[in-house]
Amino acid sequence: MKILVCISHVPDTTSKINFTNGDSEFDTAGVQYVINPNDEFGLTRAIWFQEQQGANVTVVNVGGPDTEPTLRKALAIGANEAIRVNANPTDGFFVAKQLAEVIKNGGYDLVIAGKESLDYNGGMVPGMIAGILGSNFLNSCTSLTVDGNNVKAVREIDGGKETVSTTLPLIIGGQKGLVEEKDLRIPNMRGIMTARTKALTILEPVDAAVNTKAVKFEKPAPKSAVKLVSADNLDELINLLHNEAKVI
Amino acid sequence: MSILIYAESAEGKFKKVAFELASYAKKVAESLGTTVTALTVNISDVSELGKYGVDKILKVNNDKLAGFTAKAYADVIKQAAEKEGTKVVLLSSTTDSIYLSSLVAVSLEAGFASNVVGLPVSTSPFQVKRNAFSNKAFNITQIDTDVKVLGLAKNSYGIFESAGSAAEEDFNPTIGDNDFGVKVESVEKVSGKVSIADADIVVSGGRGLKGPENWGLIEDLAAVLGAATACSKPVSDLGWRPHSEHVGQTGKPVATNLYIAVGISGAIQHIAGINSSKVKVVINNDPEAPFFKVADYGVVGDAFEIIPQLTEKLKAFKAQHS
Repeated sequence: MKILVCISHVPDTTSKINFTNGDSEFDTAGVQYVINPNDEFGLTRAIWFQEQQGANVTVVNVGGPDTEPTLRKALAIGANEAIRVNANPTDGFFVAKQLAEVIKNGGYDLVIAGKESLDYNGGMVPGMIAGILGSNFLNSCTSLTVDGNNVKAVREIDGGKETVSTTLPLIIGGQKGLVEEKDLRIPNMRGIMTARTKALTILEPVDAAVNTKAVKFEKPAPKSAVKLVSADNLDELINLLHNEAKVI
Repeated sequence: MSILIYAESAEGKFKKVAFELASYAKKVAESLGTTVTALTVNISDVSELGKYGVDKILKVNNDKLAGFTAKAYADVIKQAAEKEGTKVVLLSSTTDSIYLSSLVAVSLEAGFASNVVGLPVSTSPFQVKRNAFSNKAFNITQIDTDVKVLGLAKNSYGIFESAGSAAEEDFNPTIGDNDFGVKVESVEKVSGKVSIADADIVVSGGRGLKGPENWGLIEDLAAVLGAATACSKPVSDLGWRPHSEHVGQTGKPVATNLYIAVGISGAIQHIAGINSSKVKVVINNDPEAPFFKVADYGVVGDAFEIIPQLTEKLKAFKAQHS
């Protein structure tokens, strides 16, 4: 089985979010980048398939040279090879088109992308890849097993979960549950050394429409200070929630 | 070229998000000088939608669509959009609608903006404000395609009634066998409880509850408020509560009217998951807990003393105000 894991290179969750250039660009100064958490669950599940079922795992990212340390980290965790599509990932459709091209040319059976990235939170790329390729698609996937061509999976739904069956080739939008957080892999020294010798292929982007663009960023208005209510005066809390906030 | 909304339903009834989407669509339609068409699937009585500004309802009744199948539903929405010649397709941000939106956008060759939090900033060029960076910022996104798909963030607009009624029309889209590549084998829903997705109020517990045996405190408070229950990441990691209740960056996002956090210190990842909630109440015995910095109201004290009292007082309040 050939697996492609789509990796977003995103600011660490504790990063301060600031903008530059007239609030038109994200300020990268002092920001640590990591593998997008939803993608990390998918990567670890892919490595499980590699170890248990002999799958070959490729990781891919659409981005500039600055994303290569993130791809190297994925290689150190255990991916067999990496691909970087050399383009600025500005629009979900543009990114999906690049990834669809990599999938078509690479003949992947299973494509695992995180259900959403923690920077632009678009949540659109996995579905768009599936739409472009006409493949089976499963979003919010929390469990995945593959037997030959047959797939059993669990998907989160509002207020519960559903079990589904489908076949390869398949695109999934994955999340926590594909593996548990305690099972996420950390690169060890051997992995880091081996990663240096693994192939990182750079591809130039194909022509694709750019349907949307981020024109400006804004930060939320500063919040007023918390109103503290004494533990002996809970009637006041109820009064505030009813008369001031009007939420009960 | 009316605006098309997908009015989501479950078990034969519209979800509340359908009414919020209709209210939002009405306002967008006014600014574009057009009307609102709603698409419904397997709902017999659709009249309620008319109260929220919908002008026309396309009713699809098809046994093949009895269970949710994203590809088939996306195909139906595409055909409805083409039939109506619509330029703007609106979906909500439930798990199912998020699943659908990108498939619909690709099939209509439409630019797609998700997590939209307000009316368009401008309609020419078409620009909308979206949540980004896990609710730590907003992004004004411009959509340059002829057809546009928007995903409206939950609880970001509100529900508003309008005068008027909607015309109803049966709609029979073509549904092919290749729409069913993913088959639903079984569905497990937590019954008898309000789900986080449907809740206006969420009561959430953290490690301060000390153990799963104390969860009754959270459930009792939630019950009196008609709220859903949730938890912090350590609580789901410890196995006290299922992952489906974990709120935060890698858990569920919560955009409710009221979020009550009990015994949760407020890790940045947790706060990112609840930032879109309108009013936040924090109850914690540590006055230095970071959660107080983002809370609207706070009580410093022992949850084991405060919560039972608060629950009793709310019961009395509800009895008076029902």
